[in-house]
Amino acid sequence: MANVLEMKNIYKIFPGVVANADVNLEVRKGEVHTLLGENGAGKSTLMNCLCGLYRPTSGDIYIDGKQVEFSSAKGAMAMGIGMVHQHFMLIPTMTVTENILIGSKDYGAIRLDLKTAANKIAALAEQYHMNIDPNAKVGDLSVGARQRVEIIKALFRGARILILDEPTAVLTPQETAELFLMIRSLTKNGFSVLFISHKLNEVKEISDRVTVLRQGRTFGTYDIGECDACDLARLMVGRDINFTIERKEQGDTRGILTIENLSLDCEGGKKTLDEVSLTVHAGEILGIAGVDGNGQSELVECLTGLRKAGSGKASFRNMDLLSSSTRTIMSNGVSHIPQDRQKTGLVMQMTLAENIILQDYYRPAFGKGGMISRRSVEEYSDRLIHDFGVKTPGREELAQNLSGGNQQKVIIAREISRKPELLIAMHPTRGLDVGAIEYIHKKIMEERDAGTGVLLVSTEIEEIMKLSDRVAVMYEGRVMGIVRPAETTVQELGLMMGGMRQGDVNCRADQQAVADEILQNDIPAE
Amino acid sequence: MDFLNTLAGWIATDLRLATPLLLAGLGLVIMNRAGILNIGAEGTMLIATLMAVVGSYYSGSVWIGMLFAMVSGALVGFLFSLLTVTLRANQVVVGAAINILGSGLSATLFRILFGVSSNVPLIDVFQPLNIPILGDIPFFGTAFFQQMPVVYIAFLMVPMVSYYLFRTQSGLNLRAVGENPKAADTLGISVYRTQYAAIVIGSMIIAMGGAFMSTGLTKFFSEEMVSGRGFIALAAVIFGRYKPRGVMFAAIVFMAGTVTANTLLASSSQIPYQFLTMLPYILTVIVLATFARSAIAPASLGKPYKRG
Amino acid sequence: MKRQIPSQARRALSPAPNSKGADILRQMLVSVSAIVIALLLGMGLISLMKISPVKAFSALIEGAFSSKNALSETLVKLTPLLFTGISYALASRCGLTNLGMEGQMYIGALFSSYVGINVSGLPPILHVLLCIAAGFVGGGLWCLIAGALKVWFGASEIIVTVMLNTVAIYLIEFMVTSGPMLEPPGTVTGQSSPILDSARLATLIPGTRSHWGFILGLICIFLFWLFLWKSKKGYEVRVSGYNLQAAAYSGIDTKKNILLVTFLAGGVAGLAGVSEVLGVQGRLYALFSPGYGFDGIAVALIGMNSPIGIIVGALLFGAFRAGGNRMQMRAQVPDAIVSVIQAFVIIAVVASQMLLEIWNEHRLKKQQESKEA
Repeated sequence: MANVLEMKNIYKIFPGVVANADVNLEVRKGEVHTLLGENGAGKSTLMNCLCGLYRPTSGDIYIDGKQVEFSSAKGAMAMGIGMVHQHFMLIPTMTVTENILIGSKDYGAIRLDLKTAANKIAALAEQYHMNIDPNAKVGDLSVGARQRVEIIKALFRGARILILDEPTAVLTPQETAELFLMIRSLTKNGFSVLFISHKLNEVKEISDRVTVLRQGRTFGTYDIGECDACDLARLMVGRDINFTIERKEQGDTRGILTIENLSLDCEGGKKTLDEVSLTVHAGEILGIAGVDGNGQSELVECLTGLRKAGSGKASFRNMDLLSSSTRTIMSNGVSHIPQDRQKTGLVMQMTLAENIILQDYYRPAFGKGGMISRRSVEEYSDRLIHDFGVKTPGREELAQNLSGGNQQKVIIAREISRKPELLIAMHPTRGLDVGAIEYIHKKIMEERDAGTGVLLVSTEIEEIMKLSDRVAVMYEGRVMGIVRPAETTVQELGLMMGGMRQGDVNCRADQQAVADEILQNDIPAE
Repeated sequence: MDFLNTLAGWIATDLRLATPLLLAGLGLVIMNRAGILNIGAEGTMLIATLMAVVGSYYSGSVWIGMLFAMVSGALVGFLFSLLTVTLRANQVVVGAAINILGSGLSATLFRILFGVSSNVPLIDVFQPLNIPILGDIPFFGTAFFQQMPVVYIAFLMVPMVSYYLFRTQSGLNLRAVGENPKAADTLGISVYRTQYAAIVIGSMIIAMGGAFMSTGLTKFFSEEMVSGRGFIALAAVIFGRYKPRGVMFAAIVFMAGTVTANTLLASSSQIPYQFLTMLPYILTVIVLATFARSAIAPASLGKPYKRG
Repeated sequence: MKRQIPSQARRALSPAPNSKGADILRQMLVSVSAIVIALLLGMGLISLMKISPVKAFSALIEGAFSSKNALSETLVKLTPLLFTGISYALASRCGLTNLGMEGQMYIGALFSSYVGINVSGLPPILHVLLCIAAGFVGGGLWCLIAGALKVWFGASEIIVTVMLNTVAIYLIEFMVTSGPMLEPPGTVTGQSSPILDSARLATLIPGTRSHWGFILGLICIFLFWLFLWKSKKGYEVRVSGYNLQAAAYSGIDTKKNILLVTFLAGGVAGLAGVSEVLGVQGRLYALFSPGYGFDGIAVALIGMNSPIGIIVGALLFGAFRAGGNRMQMRAQVPDAIVSVIQAFVIIAVVASQMLLEIWNEHRLKKQQESKEA
């Protein structure tokens, strides 16, 4: 079969980050080709290069054997590449037909021929087994139907290569089945589909071939018939992980955070959190692994009073977390390192001193009678800046002028100095350099050793494996299993992150060996 | 019969008084639909009232006056676009500045050009245009078809703007920009160019409304003569739920209050006219509170768009 | 990591132009150059009228500063601007846009003149304080309407405050033409009875129109600073103004703060009305304000929402308003040109702030690229 799309030696370098390095991808006519990789493996960057949102730093793109170049989404569209984003680019107040016609040129120089367009849309929809009313308002449609509108929008504009970015993340199982039906009838008609997903059984079910990306590089392309879920998990997660960090025995092991059957509905009838039950003990780090968007943020938001949970229980000491306000929770022994230091962790336009008291300013220690005592704030912030080695000219510096690592240090300093009994840390090292990561890991371990219970949410498997005493894997709002790092394999974690459990599939021992061998040979030489 | 005559006269006055409001409202609808929140209609209109008088005074033709006013509107619109679209400045603050500018500039230029003498120069102004046949129909003729040309133009523009926004490709693109500029951008629409065009053209239509006030409703310029109509237009747009026909309806209803107030004042009624004149504003606040959550306003109204 | 870096060396290591002081300095430079540009544009406009701009401006400065009377007139004109400037700045600091200072000022004037006319038998100081409190509450409640509609219904406070301006102005007009505030014999319409002497603000400089409202304004500036930068509530307000999400993560009740700030901002704007009635007019007139409410936007903008900046901004525009008269008589430049210059100032300030921001983005990008290479 002919290659309809080839990407050769693609590099994409951002300031400070090499997102894609020497990536090669070939997609055949009429196939479903899956792009597999962890968070941060470079899938989105590659797809954004392909659909014209980014321009590759170097490398060539061929379509039907001819080299092409484009620098806008429009240009990519003209080449027959259509992208369905994870977050839909639709306007809810307009009808399906209007949404599809935005920016087009072929339906009337002055008067818009909505009727002809609607007929064409209806015909397209029918041809590919999609149930769509062209005159419905998009705002009234279900999530699944909106996705169909996005797909039709791409087809309507002449897309022959369709990129679907995590299309099933928002779908119910029935809607997923419908989507797959649709994809099959598209490929039968000569369209190619680039499918981005981390759900292993879906990948197995729908793809013809799979290309694995790891750390910005292509790891290899495989026929789906050649590998099973075990291989896929192994390929996706990759490397073995060393546990070098020394840890003290847990002394006091009473449970301090107990979550029972916590559930949360979201629109579209899909559960964001589905009967989550977890316990964090004193002096323990419970890691939560999983691909982004599987309910981790919502779980943390429920525990910190930022979001109302649907049902279930969560208690910390004797406090019911689900009915308490953020202020009550935070002032009674919980600290929170939020997932986005610039958006939620810090006030970028304020000084370090002002940021350091963000969780405690109301306490009498920082002034009585509703006023802030300048001296106590200065002393406290100077002490923290010094103790945690924040590199800054002084406490009067604005947070926005610090490097990412130092910004994170300010947050760590603030939260740890509050002497919490429970520390909730979300992606504490995301986007930081090695030195800062080491430092933050050390601080979190110190907290654990001092008897604090730590709930660590991260998408970095290495971080989870290195720090955690136990690891819970979340997938689609459910806890797939809880394991101890020393007793598990990367393969098992990968399977759970992809929606399966060890018991669900039988992995042969030799597979493990083969995969290991592949890994050994393919470690990029630095 | 006497009652019918009064009613016909009342309708005719209402439509005439509603015209500046309608024009300003239509201009604002076009901008709002492209995501631009402009509270500077008052200032834009004030400058136009003077420029219409100036044009008419020096050329002897009120139509040239109208053209002057529209050019002034285009310039104000261009300034507004430069600041809010290219430089991404706060649209509300710039709008407030336009209002202050309009009030100061119109008064300054007026005193320089015409001095402070109490002699009002005679200038060419709009005259009622009796539409043949239609204008002779009893009652309807008096009420609807003996108006000044600008009144006809303004009401004809309602279906035109409506057609443009909801039935043409360009109108669809403009609405897409106002709802989701990023989506529009990925579909190959130039957000900046669309917003520039919407602001400049919208400001020209707003200026027409101003021009009609000094060369149609009255026969000359006086300071602060727009007296808040730019703000009522803002209210009319929200009350009319960002649709041209809704704006027309709102303009007629809002002005009916004023017309009634004038009539009542003449017959020395007990109801203070201030309450009728403040009614549009109170209604708008109520409408705003009622519909704020149901998202009738364009989704990215007032938010500057930044590419990439 | 443990090694102490000497503070001087640390300072040298840090990128100097980014420190807080330099940020403020750069901002101030922007404001000053914007004012200069605006004045130059105004001069250009004046020369277009074939009038010497030097003559016009020297008349203006003379009218504003040359004598005891001129100075006190400047004080009179800048006093309401202090209040409306604080009002806009306070709302801004909380991330809100209050465009309703004009209306809040009228309602403040209404409340305080009602107390000033109808409550008798009080010692002067007490009566004045009562009038001030009434005006504050009046303006505060009027602005609180916008805050409440925003919190409960999600209505934009920008449009609501604009709409309420006109409602307030007509309401006061009704009150003094045919409403309960009309002077009893009903001979002169458009004004209320004079307020009692016990409610008048004392003269500040004997023999002039200047009054203690100016001192009240300075006190408000001090309280504004004390509240925002020294109190815990003020800290919460600034956090919510900069970053609503971070405020939520810290457990700050942002809705309650919106209600509080709209009340306070409206109250301060109401004081502008109080000081006009008790200090200048002596009674409530329809349309007594030449636009002090809207001037507050420009005052706060060039003052960067800071206490000292607001004083400077109010002084600038107060002087313009005071000197405008002399300029009109001496140089035949219409005093309406003051509004034009004011508009130029706003435009120049926002334009240069945005240019600075765009330039900063550009510079950051460049820096990162050069690090890359």
